[in-house]
Amino acid sequence: MLRRVFAAIMLTVMFSGPTAAQNSLRVAYDADPVSLDPYEQLSGGTLQLSHLIFDPLVRWTQDHEIEARLAERWEYVAPQTMRFHLRENVQFHSGNLLTAYDVEWTFNRLKTSGDFKAIFEPFTSVSVIDDHTFDVKMSQPYPLVLNSLTYLFPMDRAFYSGLTDDGRDKAEIVKHGNSFSSRNASGTGPFIVAEREQGVKSVFKRFDRYWDQQSKGNVEEIVLTPIKEDSTRLAALLSGAVDFIAPVAPSNLKNVSDHPQTKLITMPGTRAITFQLNMDRVPAFKDIRVRQAVDYAINNAGIVERIMHGFATVSAQMSPEGYVGHIEVLAPRYDLDKAKALMAEAGYADGFQVSMLAPHNRYVNDERIAQAVALMLSKINIEVDLQTIPKAQYWTQYDARAADIMMIGWHSDTEDSANFHQFLTACPNEETGQGRYNSSGYCNPDADELMQRANSEMDATLRAELLRDLEQILFDDAAFIPLHWQNLAWGVRNGILAEDIVNAQNAPYFGDLVMEAQ
Amino acid sequence: MIIYLAKRFIQALLVLAVISLIGFTVQDNLAFQQGLNAGSAAAYNVETDAGFLTKYFQFVSGAIQGDLGTSSFFKEPALTVILKKMPATLELIFAAAVLVGIFSVPLGIFTALYPHHTISRLILSVSVLGLSVPVFVTSILLIYLFSVTWNILPSFGRGDVVPIVGYWETNFASWDGLKHIVLPAFALASVMLPLFVRLIRAEMRQVLKSEYVKYARARGLSPWRIYFVHALKNTLLPVVTVGGVQIGTLVAYTILAETVFQWPGMGFMFLEAVNRGDAPLIVAYLMVVGAIFVVLNTIVDVLYSAINPTVNLARMAA
Repeated sequence: MLRRVFAAIMLTVMFSGPTAAQNSLRVAYDADPVSLDPYEQLSGGTLQLSHLIFDPLVRWTQDHEIEARLAERWEYVAPQTMRFHLRENVQFHSGNLLTAYDVEWTFNRLKTSGDFKAIFEPFTSVSVIDDHTFDVKMSQPYPLVLNSLTYLFPMDRAFYSGLTDDGRDKAEIVKHGNSFSSRNASGTGPFIVAEREQGVKSVFKRFDRYWDQQSKGNVEEIVLTPIKEDSTRLAALLSGAVDFIAPVAPSNLKNVSDHPQTKLITMPGTRAITFQLNMDRVPAFKDIRVRQAVDYAINNAGIVERIMHGFATVSAQMSPEGYVGHIEVLAPRYDLDKAKALMAEAGYADGFQVSMLAPHNRYVNDERIAQAVALMLSKINIEVDLQTIPKAQYWTQYDARAADIMMIGWHSDTEDSANFHQFLTACPNEETGQGRYNSSGYCNPDADELMQRANSEMDATLRAELLRDLEQILFDDAAFIPLHWQNLAWGVRNGILAEDIVNAQNAPYFGDLVMEAQ
Repeated sequence: MIIYLAKRFIQALLVLAVISLIGFTVQDNLAFQQGLNAGSAAAYNVETDAGFLTKYFQFVSGAIQGDLGTSSFFKEPALTVILKKMPATLELIFAAAVLVGIFSVPLGIFTALYPHHTISRLILSVSVLGLSVPVFVTSILLIYLFSVTWNILPSFGRGDVVPIVGYWETNFASWDGLKHIVLPAFALASVMLPLFVRLIRAEMRQVLKSEYVKYARARGLSPWRIYFVHALKNTLLPVVTVGGVQIGTLVAYTILAETVFQWPGMGFMFLEAVNRGDAPLIVAYLMVVGAIFVVLNTIVDVLYSAINPTVNLARMAA
């Protein structure tokens, strides 16, 4: 008996060797996308997945330009209507052909998505002209049509229509729920889902009828494994168990770049890390001198150098370089004597006590940054009671405005400057959702007006001027405390030309990835 | 014996009731904190504005029927998620226990026989290290040496697993699977090994002084027979007791080892659930682990009487 069991084991051992496909890419991210539905949750993980199994109408290039994908060309037919021409003979994974009706259907569906409808708020409807032509209609002239449409990934209307076996609508969007679309997908993307075990492993196979035959991409299979621990992910790359990892922790960057078999790919990021001072809770923060003093007391450059290991860009404003509202000459404020003088001038030489709240697993080194800032503020006699909590609880606390100083990082969904102000520093307004994450209570009608005008200004030069004026006002008022923009890093095995497919949106275009022969 | 078992059973129920109360309080608070009351109340079929006791009663009646709520991340019943993850964890614990067994007996006996030998001193000092270095540090060190530097063992995941029955997929049936389990099992064993080496050593030294060993020597039995058959048998009693309790503790340590090795078991799942605030899953994990502890302790007590007939369970005040 024992011998037979042993023989069986040996047989399994001998015949269960790994069967690797040609050009198989093993990817390790820190987390698994929560769902296969592109419109269930607005997050980096969802976007990364959407670019694998779906295609957007248009997408960003590395140079921050718009590139045609499923939409071949577009033109204005009226100030509030833009006409798009769809690529022909594009197949979904199910075999159905992509038509303008799919785009219309997808648009109507995402308008019901809690996370995505804000991005599409300026658009009123999509109307089909013929099978491959449709009009996008807006409530008023809107300069960011293409920016927004990078989020439109046409879904297979026929595939997602009808009822499941237990009588539920296949199209329904259920956040954190067990919906048809969270487990099944049919897109036009370069990869189809072959296998998926949530949180453990997903396998994607190249879609052999993919429309983009011009693409040089030669990856046949992608095996995606989430590895949460930074050091384990790094070890997996260095030992050759995976080919591509993201993110790379700042303290691990050198390990990746120094290793003979791997290379480090970096890119200046666009996520701004900031603090907000709550003026409603702490009257002292209403004084512009106190806010400036706080800004002067914090050594942004020191935080970037010591805590971020130089892997972030010191900031004095919201808009990173390349954005239209970016002001080249704005330098970070740091001058301890000036800070003390401002505090004394405002009558707070003896300082005061405040509470501070920050997440400890949301942004790179968030907890240590908060600790450093608390320490720096003690030098101008502001005594900080710091508490850090997991991100799962943080946003509820943030919405409740639960502390005097709170940390928030922001990436502009539209890759545009106005978006920062709209959510972080505009006068809070329940109805329009403006200032949704403005916990400071800062409200400057001049700034809001500049944003409003920018949002309907179609002339690019004029628009850039408006946004730069806006940025200057926020800086002069010390409306928020800027720290830095997080940089992006990917660790890749040599011979994989990933430097050509990564982007500031942190959603690599794996369909175009070239793997060199080993 | 039967009376004893019945007593133990009632005791176990009490313990589980306490755990369920703690679990429910956690869930109730989490839901409140996250403002997800509506969502998780629906997940539990619990009325939101009912009183604490009413809600607790609804929760318990659900739990008895195996309904511990629906995980918000996995979109499946929490108990199903845990049952799916459990084989991975149990296999890891089993592998660690086997390693502890293989290494602790010879090392323990050796250090007992030659207490002043250099190797014995080395073993004991290393075992102090093993006891005091946290599992995640040991794990990272193992990964650094065996995966990154020498590149002989994989650093994460379960590798090729072979399905057995139901949710159970095993690591022990393929070469790749075996290679994957070595490092995490060693990391886990490193916490227990020192304890058992020292335990066996201490017991063995006691036993070697006893009369019957002297007599066995006098009779001219071979030394190996004396050590491994006669003496070892009598050192086993405390080993079994401690072992039973420690296997429960291993379940707790798996949270660390699984996280570092990205081992898809229930410890890793628990930590993720905490980070995501997935209340039903957190509670279900607490309940299941509580149940495992209770069952293990009962089994140990029963085994105890089997090994040592002088322990009369029926007369013991349970």
